[in-house]
Amino acid sequence: MSLHLQREMEDLKKQLLSLCALVEEQVEMAVRALVEHDAELAAVVDRRDAEIDHREVEVEEECLKALALYQPVAIDLRFVVAALKMNNDLERIGDLAVNIARKAKTFARQGPVEIPFDLCGMWEKSRLMLRDSIDSLVNRDARLAHGVCVRDDEVDRMKHDIRRQAEQMMIAEPGKLPALLTLLAASRSLERIADHATNIAEDVIYMLEGRIIRHGAIE
Amino acid sequence: MIANEPAASAAASISTRNLNLWYGDFQALRDVSLDIKPGIVTALVGPSGCGKTTLLRCFNRINERYGNVTTTGQITIFGKNIYDPDVSLTQLRKTVGMVFQRPNPLPISIYENVLFGIRSHTRRGEYSRRERDAMVESALRNVRLWDEVKDRLRKKATQLTLEQQQKLCIARLLPLKPRVMLMDEPCSALDAEGIERIELLLQELRKTYTILIVTHNMAQARRASDECAFMLLGRIVEHDKTLNVFLNPREKETEMYVTGRYG
Repeated sequence: MSLHLQREMEDLKKQLLSLCALVEEQVEMAVRALVEHDAELAAVVDRRDAEIDHREVEVEEECLKALALYQPVAIDLRFVVAALKMNNDLERIGDLAVNIARKAKTFARQGPVEIPFDLCGMWEKSRLMLRDSIDSLVNRDARLAHGVCVRDDEVDRMKHDIRRQAEQMMIAEPGKLPALLTLLAASRSLERIADHATNIAEDVIYMLEGRIIRHGAIE
Repeated sequence: MIANEPAASAAASISTRNLNLWYGDFQALRDVSLDIKPGIVTALVGPSGCGKTTLLRCFNRINERYGNVTTTGQITIFGKNIYDPDVSLTQLRKTVGMVFQRPNPLPISIYENVLFGIRSHTRRGEYSRRERDAMVESALRNVRLWDEVKDRLRKKATQLTLEQQQKLCIARLLPLKPRVMLMDEPCSALDAEGIERIELLLQELRKTYTILIVTHNMAQARRASDECAFMLLGRIVEHDKTLNVFLNPREKETEMYVTGRYG
């Protein structure tokens, strides 16, 4: 009985990891499409989202199966609940990748404008947060997960800085306004991705420590 | 008293402090300090041989019947140390009733089974016929057995189904007005429906009694108990609300056991 459940948990872990890899690749491509004015690449991201949706349903079914057949308790129960919630977050990150890709298409049409702020740096930070949140799950590393929660503030700050810079540029060069609005929307999506990575890390902390730390309950 | 050793809790109906028990030179209980609360069902869980039945049997002192048993430490039930020299075993076993793994009705009528305990504790003629009838009806109603057997009270109890027999064994305790019920795997001889009905009965009885149940069945501990004490090698590893034990146990050993990884 318990061996079956443990095998189930291993499968679930692999499925989550591969979903995460796919999601990360999608955001990576979307950001590249934006920076390189590559509407073709953006279209690929758009098309591949169906695959993420499909996998999300598979992970959910796997979780339901584990609950229904094995009635897991303790760490196993907390893992399945965390997996269900992470699955949701990963799917939402996939949607945000599509948002960025659509902005990339618009941005490509808006003509060759140099990106005046550090969107790539922002993605790099968010990407590391996403990776660490999943690594913290796989390696049961609560410290790593706590680190992710702390870094969320840095990404928020970057978004605010970008917004301030963009506002100044809009006043100085009103002609760039449409392109800047597109880039601002992309930065909002990146910031949301960091939020979802934080959600995942919080779920890992719950799984490992049995403490719910959302809504500022972190000590 | 050692500084960090908690005093017996006034809110608890059963308290043990540093309880040790040996069968010959085999130590079956080690330093057990536990508070069992009234008004709830407490489950004792743990692998075979961990001492849960031994602990249960300390509370009405039937362990002593096996001979070669040495006990140290303290057990208080409703504030009274049950090893005090002035404790009457008869009185103790009236207060602390016990239900066993296999239903053990006596080969006499259903009616006489219910009255058997009270008869052996009182003088002949102490209760009128009417009082005895009322006692039997009330006890059988309390265990949800009355409607099924009211027309055949004079029939032999051994003809009942196992579930009915087990309910009868519980009913048999009630005329003695016990305050604690000890149950050692009370459902292991029953089918799924019988188990469910006994568990429902426990939920009703817990309002009136302190119920302590030993079970191997982890699903039953989850469903039917409010608190759970996990034992291993004669020790209490963890005692907490059942939800905590199965959702978020504090001790690694508890987690290993409840998730089926122990062994």
